[in-house]
Amino acid sequence: MISTSSASGPAISLKNVRRSYGTVTAVDDISLEIAAGSFVALVGLSGSGKSTLLKMINRLVDPTAGEVLIADDNVRAIDPHVLRRRIGYVFQNIGLFPHMTISRNIAIGLELAGEKDGRAERVAELLELVELPQEMAGRMPHQLSGGQQQRVGVARALATRPGLMLMDEPFGALDPVTRDSLAGQYKALHEKLGLTTIIVTHDMAEALYLADRILVMEAGQIKADATPAELLSGSVGDEAEALVAIPRAQAAHLIALGNTDGAKKT
Amino acid sequence: MTEAWQQAFVRVPELLAAHVQLSFSALLLAMALCLPLAIWAARAPKVAAVILGFASLVQTIPALALLALFYPVLLGLSALLGGEISALGFLPALLALTLYALLPILRNAVTGLTGVAPAAKQAADGLGMTAAQKLRLVEAPLAAPTIMAGIRTAAVWTIGAATLSTTVGQASLGDLIFAGLQTQNWTLVLTGCFASAGLAIIVDTLLGLIERAIRDRRKLVVWGSGAVIGIGLAIALLPMLAARGDVVVIGAKGFSEQFILARLIGSRLEEAGYEVRYQNGLGSAVVFQAVASGDIDVYVDYSGTIWTNQMKRTDTVPADDMVNEIAQWSASEHGVTMLGALGFENTYAFAVRPEDAASRRLTTLDDLARISSDFAFGTDLEFLERPEWEMVKAAYPIRFKESRSFNPTFMYPALSSREVDVISAFSSDGRIAANGFVVLEDTKGAVPSYEAMILVSEDRSGDERLINAIKPLVGAITVENMREANYKVDREADKRSPRQAARWLDEQIRNGKDQ
Repeated sequence: MISTSSASGPAISLKNVRRSYGTVTAVDDISLEIAAGSFVALVGLSGSGKSTLLKMINRLVDPTAGEVLIADDNVRAIDPHVLRRRIGYVFQNIGLFPHMTISRNIAIGLELAGEKDGRAERVAELLELVELPQEMAGRMPHQLSGGQQQRVGVARALATRPGLMLMDEPFGALDPVTRDSLAGQYKALHEKLGLTTIIVTHDMAEALYLADRILVMEAGQIKADATPAELLSGSVGDEAEALVAIPRAQAAHLIALGNTDGAKKT
Repeated sequence: MTEAWQQAFVRVPELLAAHVQLSFSALLLAMALCLPLAIWAARAPKVAAVILGFASLVQTIPALALLALFYPVLLGLSALLGGEISALGFLPALLALTLYALLPILRNAVTGLTGVAPAAKQAADGLGMTAAQKLRLVEAPLAAPTIMAGIRTAAVWTIGAATLSTTVGQASLGDLIFAGLQTQNWTLVLTGCFASAGLAIIVDTLLGLIERAIRDRRKLVVWGSGAVIGIGLAIALLPMLAARGDVVVIGAKGFSEQFILARLIGSRLEEAGYEVRYQNGLGSAVVFQAVASGDIDVYVDYSGTIWTNQMKRTDTVPADDMVNEIAQWSASEHGVTMLGALGFENTYAFAVRPEDAASRRLTTLDDLARISSDFAFGTDLEFLERPEWEMVKAAYPIRFKESRSFNPTFMYPALSSREVDVISAFSSDGRIAANGFVVLEDTKGAVPSYEAMILVSEDRSGDERLINAIKPLVGAITVENMREANYKVDREADKRSPRQAARWLDEQIRNGKDQ
């Protein structure tokens, strides 16, 4: 069974997974083992197949061929809605239900599962977890800022205590400051709750900061599979190096600016 | 004037209740049909194209035609199913109005459901909602204001179009409008208009309130407005609970003489202890089918109409033979009893202005044919389509400059005001003599005889008490009395209601018997 406790997230296994749309192959024969409790980032340009790969894990997309296993259970054997209720899912457009209060949005997974007791307590707990004030519970989504809304999105995904979190560009629409603080807070949550997290992002800096393992995708294939440290050392190939080069150059530029600034002052 | 208003208002509550029952039933049925269809259509664009195409097509059919079309359709169905379906009254009106309400509900529901933000739908999927949960928790609530707006439009349309259901014999506020139009009783027309417009405005306001409250998520207002509508409906539906006794349904076509004779028969039946109900404004073609199928129990028709329209005869026979042949035919073919002729004739009479008759020396239809290319012809709404017109054209070489159809009420003023030069008047109409119009003689006997006669449905034919109550009317009405009674209703000043004219006619009949 898939673990639903927060003690430890499940391991994921992909075996020769392929997905085509007509003549276009979005994901091209990928096999992959993801260890329980790891924080994996899927990085690549638009159309590289990273989002499709993520959605095959919770069956928002079904593979054309191959198998996806979560903790040794083949996802194809599980009803899609049953499967998805056990997996946290956060995406760029958030998709809070505009006609429900924040409290009901957060508790919707519990409502679907038919859990009647302790919803208010769980909502309070989750608001605290994502660092939102308690009075938000009674508000409507449109009364919240983008960053607050995505915190609610994360809280909603965590409500049913899933072991696995799938995040599709979760912080992509947020301003840099909010994005940075939210990313940092999520990383802490991941560790605290012992989750398995797979995040899709096109931002290598974010991936380097968050993940303990980075998969670089291009044209439906994984071109690099490395730790942040290995990527930064430049030892994993040209595709990865091209992506890492950008944040590295930006960082170098900022440092250089800081130095000249500092030099002028002294 | 106040008395006229009072008389009109007395009829409002009952008709308003019938109007509400009909409109609400049609709306409810349309919603029951549309909402599942819309859910299907929102998921399948091809289905949406087909369904919306059909609904748009229905909308292009005039409401009046749609109502009329359901009569033969239901008649055919009824024949297939052994006569269990009533082709007149509530059912055809309900079906036509339901079809009419489809488009706004469907279109808004499809728009509302397809317009739900993709992010919300993706979130619903990602959270593991089943299709039913997604519909109930996300799509339906988000589409609700748009759907409600569609229902609101449909409600207003339906309440307006329901006034036309009078023409298929369903009671509605249209009864006031149509009856008022026929008898030039503008008080009655205005009362019908105000009542139906008022109903539409109130319903529109309440549904609008609900629509906005759903949008703003103010549950109290939604429930409050819903409760007001519910109470209104309950009041309208109350009469349905009252037990219906044995009611005799008296049919009438759409002109004053028919209204008067229906009331006359009605008053005699009420004296005999029957409860009666009137179905006014039935078309000539519909009304005989209605008595044959038992939708109405008794009405007055004219021998020539049955002869040509129902029996499809084009030969002309002496008046007495015609009446006898009709009696045999209706009894053997439809089980309808021809109780007897009332004693007067109401034939088509070609009438011209007196000055034209003098200056152009017109006395016969042959004279009219001679100068017909100079003349414009005014008729009632059905004459040009009737076989009698073919028979006249076959006998006389008539070819008019132009032909125009009028509501009978407006045919006479049209002749006076020179809009037309000759009209197909009704010989028992008081307005011919009152205007001094000259009736041209049908020397060749092209137009068949139009003896007014009472027809009784099969079910009531064996009811001796009923037959005995109306039998005294046979042979009791002179054409002079009928003309005067008609004129009391039709004239411009000092108008009488059909009921008052019927009472006057009844007095003449009783006085005639006493002498």
